[in-house]
Amino acid sequence: MKDEDIVERIQKNPKFFEFVRMRNNYSYVLSAMMLIAYFGYILLIAFDKQLLATKMAAGATMSVGIPMGVGVLVFTIVITAIYVRRANSEFDAIKDEIVKEASK
Amino acid sequence: MIKAKHILGGIAALLVAGAALAAGADLGQAQKQDTNWTAIVMFAIFVGITLWITKWAATKTKTAADFYTAGGGITGFQNGLAIAGDYMSAASFLGISGLVFGSGFDGLIFSIGWLVGWPVITFLMAERLRNLGKFTFADVAGYRFDPGPIRSFAACGSLVVVAFYLIAQMVGAGQLIKLLFGLDYLYAVMLVGIIMMTYVLFGGMTATTWVQIIKACMLLAGATFMALAVMFQFGFSPEAMFTKAVEVHSKHDAIMSPGALINDPISAISVGMALMFGTAGLPHILMRFFTVPSAKEARKSVAWATTWIGYFYILTFIIGFGAITNLIPNPADYFVGGDLAKGLKGGGNMAAVHLAKAVGGDMFMGFISAVAFATILAVVAGLTLSGASAVSHDLYASVWRHGNVDSATELRVSRITTVCLGIFAVALGVVFEKQNVAFMVMLAFAVACSANFPVLFMSVLWKDCTTKGAVAGGTVGLISSVALTVLSPAVWEASFGNPKGSALFPYASSAIFSMTAAFLVIYIVSKLDNSAQAKKERALFPAQLIRSETGVGSSSASGH
Repeated sequence: MKDEDIVERIQKNPKFFEFVRMRNNYSYVLSAMMLIAYFGYILLIAFDKQLLATKMAAGATMSVGIPMGVGVLVFTIVITAIYVRRANSEFDAIKDEIVKEASK
Repeated sequence: MIKAKHILGGIAALLVAGAALAAGADLGQAQKQDTNWTAIVMFAIFVGITLWITKWAATKTKTAADFYTAGGGITGFQNGLAIAGDYMSAASFLGISGLVFGSGFDGLIFSIGWLVGWPVITFLMAERLRNLGKFTFADVAGYRFDPGPIRSFAACGSLVVVAFYLIAQMVGAGQLIKLLFGLDYLYAVMLVGIIMMTYVLFGGMTATTWVQIIKACMLLAGATFMALAVMFQFGFSPEAMFTKAVEVHSKHDAIMSPGALINDPISAISVGMALMFGTAGLPHILMRFFTVPSAKEARKSVAWATTWIGYFYILTFIIGFGAITNLIPNPADYFVGGDLAKGLKGGGNMAAVHLAKAVGGDMFMGFISAVAFATILAVVAGLTLSGASAVSHDLYASVWRHGNVDSATELRVSRITTVCLGIFAVALGVVFEKQNVAFMVMLAFAVACSANFPVLFMSVLWKDCTTKGAVAGGTVGLISSVALTVLSPAVWEASFGNPKGSALFPYASSAIFSMTAAFLVIYIVSKLDNSAQAKKERALFPAQLIRSETGVGSSSASGH
């Protein structure tokens, strides 16, 4: 079957649009989480440096800003991995199903 | 940042210069050091291996698709390493560890900025880029648009970013070779030009990717060793390391809290936007998404790239603190005249290199120096390849010949362009030798986030976007980002030497204004565009959507 015909069939399949909406919502939610984590962190620095300079415990050297910063780095890696894992399994399975249905 | 440290006064200026430095630009004016034969031999071995790979890659580079995208035969894991290699530039290694060495905490804030763009690329762009694109990002933006104007615009956007970035890299290479190998500036620039041209000309994307992968592995291995050696000294206790650092550092406890890097919230947000969205508009990064066979692999590439880059930034943070605890107690070995006040031999960016010597001896220091230089070489090769694709694929094949061109001719044009770009890069390196090029990478990011990214984003995700809207908005973004960046304090005052306070644009980055302007103009012009062409373009959106979401009909340039 030609690609054009498959495209035409997918276009008539409400499941496809539902799938796109679902996945986009997921992408936007994760993007928003990333934006909040990052801009939250730098705005915290811009507005309240003292807060990040607070020590982890009385007498400790490490300030809370350091594990928070490393936390943002780790969060970035983890959130990317979470998305990719879900997209490569669940999303791709739904997508393959839709394409297969249209290719029959 | 050797001299720049004295020049840059304002917070805004510091932010921009720091930003530029981390991306691989400003190594300042470096003093020539003693000839370092270990480093030179190590570098020669690296070049030998990579040229051998290039020879192998040359046998696989037969068509334009091979040249641009390695025939789409790179796996997600390999591509992830290559992307990480493109991003972990010499100065992000030397610069961030140097920044941590100088001010502690601020170095961490900085590296975070460079990482946070990756999830956004993953969530919104990676798969769609792969499904819609073939060789360049103009393929993606131009899927349903009038090819002439959109490709001309995209090629301009790519070439401007590539040119700014190239200047920064070439000047950085020249300064680095003085520091690391003790050779002349001109040798460095010529060496980079010639070796890089050999990779790209003969081995195309295959060679460029493998050079990048090898370099990324060497850099990650070297940095891991250094970080482990430092942590070992402190029984793997960060608290013990920080305590010692605070004790010996001249700023004492101040290195544990945010310093002067972020003060003004508008600059903070603006720089954040430039870093975050600029990454999604860099042509040499975008081009990497076309080298993998499927959307699945494209996603895997970014996941790996993010992991490696994030891991690398954590290492540079430890390395910076390791430099504080290892170098400061031994001023006689590492400081000019043995005097702490006079700074590190070779400047603040040498912290990681000196630490390499402290934990691994001369041999290891030679290795780290060679890796740092190899890094520039690899990044320059990637940039040149993306510039060559913009000229041969977008301007020549698509705009000028309307797509009526065979693969062999297109390949020949790419190679001619590569030679031209190589000569151009060497010339730029020579012309800008004495200039402070800190702002060049910031300009590249400003243009990438204000011109390339909005066009790409809107053309893929907004159904009503039209050619006129995209080109108008992109052009506004391009012009305003360059103009505002030039008028900002870091460039107008610190680089051009105008009096303090004379900069017309007070913030550290143009992004918050120029990127917003680009999106607005794209929106307004597209809304007002009711031409027949616009209707045709909107009607094509559903087909584009299906291809971008499912990959049906996507380019078999990948499939070999």
